[in-house]
Amino acid sequence: MLLEIEGLSSHYGRIQALTDVSVSVDEGELVALVGANGAGKTTLLRCLSGLQPVSGGRVLFDGQDITSASPQKRVRLGISQVPEGRQVFGPLSVEDNLRLGTVRRRGKDVSRDLDRMYTRFPVLREKRKQPAGTLSGGQQQMLALCRALMSQPRVLLLDEPSMGLAPLLTGEIFDSIEILKEQGTTIFLVEQNAFAALGIASRGYVLDTGSVVLTDTGADLLRNERVKSAYLGI
Amino acid sequence: MPPAFVEFLQFLLSGITSGAIYALVGLGFALIYNASHVINFAQGEFVMLGGMLTWALMSAGLDLPLAIGAAVALTVLAGLALEKLAIEPARDADVVTLIIITIGAGIFLRGVVSVTLGKDFHPLPSFSGDDPISVLGATIMPQSLWVLGVSALVVIALQLFFRYTLLGKSILATSYNRDAARLMGVNVGFVLLLSFGLSAMLGAMAGILIAPITATNFEVGIILGLKGFAAAILGGLGNGLGAIVGGLLLGIIESLGAGYISSDYKDAMAFVVILGVLFFMPSGLFGRRRTERV
Ligand SMILES: Nc1ncnc2c1ncn2[C@@H]1O[C@H](COP(=O)(O)OP(=O)(O)O)[C@@H](O)[C@H]1O
Ligand SMILES: [Mg+2]
Repeated sequence: MLLEIEGLSSHYGRIQALTDVSVSVDEGELVALVGANGAGKTTLLRCLSGLQPVSGGRVLFDGQDITSASPQKRVRLGISQVPEGRQVFGPLSVEDNLRLGTVRRRGKDVSRDLDRMYTRFPVLREKRKQPAGTLSGGQQQMLALCRALMSQPRVLLLDEPSMGLAPLLTGEIFDSIEILKEQGTTIFLVEQNAFAALGIASRGYVLDTGSVVLTDTGADLLRNERVKSAYLGI
Repeated sequence: MPPAFVEFLQFLLSGITSGAIYALVGLGFALIYNASHVINFAQGEFVMLGGMLTWALMSAGLDLPLAIGAAVALTVLAGLALEKLAIEPARDADVVTLIIITIGAGIFLRGVVSVTLGKDFHPLPSFSGDDPISVLGATIMPQSLWVLGVSALVVIALQLFFRYTLLGKSILATSYNRDAARLMGVNVGFVLLLSFGLSAMLGAMAGILIAPITATNFEVGIILGLKGFAAAILGGLGNGLGAIVGGLLLGIIESLGAGYISSDYKDAMAFVVILGVLFFMPSGLFGRRRTERV
C-alpha cells in the first residue's frame, strides 16, 4: 500500500473529530471517501498533510511512519493536497501560484511541467500573468489542481473539488481527475458529492461523524441502499 | 528662486530624508506582520542597536565601513535570536501574547544597551563629509543623499527578492494563506525566522544611516519605532509599498508641520497620523484589497 491510515483519531480541543479511522490507498488507485458535511473529511486530509495534530493511530506512506512528520517533509515525500475551497494565493499571479507548487521539488526543470499544465488547461496559460483571485471558481479549482501537481506528487489528496461549482464545471473537473487517474496518478478523493466521486473511484469509504461506517468498491457503494438513502438522496 | 519656494524645498528635502528612515523601519514592521500577524514592538530597538553598535565598534578601533558591517550583522543575529528564543517557543500563543513578548524584548534590549554602553548620546561621523550641497537654493547634506540612496537600493533589492525568487514568493504566499503555503511545502517556521532577520537588517541600516544626523543613544528606538509603526499603518499594515509611501508622507508632514506651524509638535505628528488612520481609514492608504473569490 502506498498510503495507509491505521486507527487514526483527531481532536479539536475536547471535541473528537475522527475516531479510529483506517483507510488505505494503493499505488495507481483512485479511492474516494464520502460523507456528509461535518463528517470529518477535511480533518482527515489535514491530518494526512500534517496540518492537524493526530491524537491516536498512525499514517504510513510507502511503509514509512509519517504520523509526526512536518508538512514540508510530506510534500517532499510526495504527498500533495488540493485543499477545500481551493485556497489559491489570490494576489499572486497564476504562474506564481504554479511555481509555488515546486518549493520542495528536487529536479527544478519547472518550465516543462508549466507547459504541461497550460496544455491541460489553456485558460491558465491565457491568464498566467493575472492575479489568481480574479479567476472564476472553476478556473481556480483547475489552478489549485495544477499547483498541487507541480510538486510531482506520488499521491494527490483532493478535498471536495466540486464544492461550489455549477454541475457543468463539476463534470469538467471530475473528467480531469479521471484522466489523471488513467495517466497513473494515485488519488485520494474526499467528497460530499458521493454520486460523482464513487462513480470514478475503484474503491470507496463512507465516513459518518468521524468514523468509517462502510467500505466497498465504488460501484457497489453506489448500489448500497444505505448509501443511496443517506448520501445520494434516492 | 523666490525665498518662499526655497524654504518649502528645504522643508521637503529634510522631510524626505527622515521619511526614508521611517520607511525602512515601517518596512520592517510590514515584513514581520506579513509573516506572522505580529506587530514587532522591538523593531525600534533594531534601529537603536544598529547605531549604538556601530558607535561602540568604532570606539573599539574599527573603521566606519567595517563597524557598519559588523553592527548590521550583530543586529541581524539579535533579530534571529529574538525569533528563536522568544517568539518560536510561544508560537502557539495568540497574537496579543506574541506582541507583548516583543514589547518585553524591546525593554530588555534597551536595558542591556544602557547598562553595557551607557546612556549618553553619540554622533556617528558622516559617511562622506559635512559640506552642504546646494539644490535650487536649498541645501542638502551629503548624509541625506546617503540616506536616500541606500534606502532606494534596499527597496529595489527587496522588490527583486519578492518578485523574482521562489523564496520571496514563499514569504508572500505565507502571508496570504499560511495553511495553503504549508501544503506547498513552505517551511513557515523558517519564513518567520527569515522575516525577523530581514527586519533587523532594515532597522539596523536605518539606525546607522540616521545616526550622523541625529546622534544615537539607547532610547532612540522608542520614537523611531513609533514613527516606523505610524508609517506602516498609514500605508496599510502589511503592505510594503504602503510602508514606503507612508514613511515618506509622515516625514514630509512632520517637516512641513514643524516648519510652518511649530516644531514643538514635530513628534506628535506620528501620533496624530496613527489616530487619524485608525479613526478614518483603518486599512490605511493601500489596505490589502480582497481579490480572492470565495
Ligand atoms: N477549527 C475547528 N475547530 C473546532 N471544530 C472543528 C474545526 N474544524 C472542524 N471542526 C469540527 O470537526 C468536525 C469535522 O469537520 P470537517 O473535517 O471540516 O468535516 P467535513 O470536511 O467532512 O465537512 C465537525 O463537527 C466540525 O464542526
Ligand atoms: Mg470539508
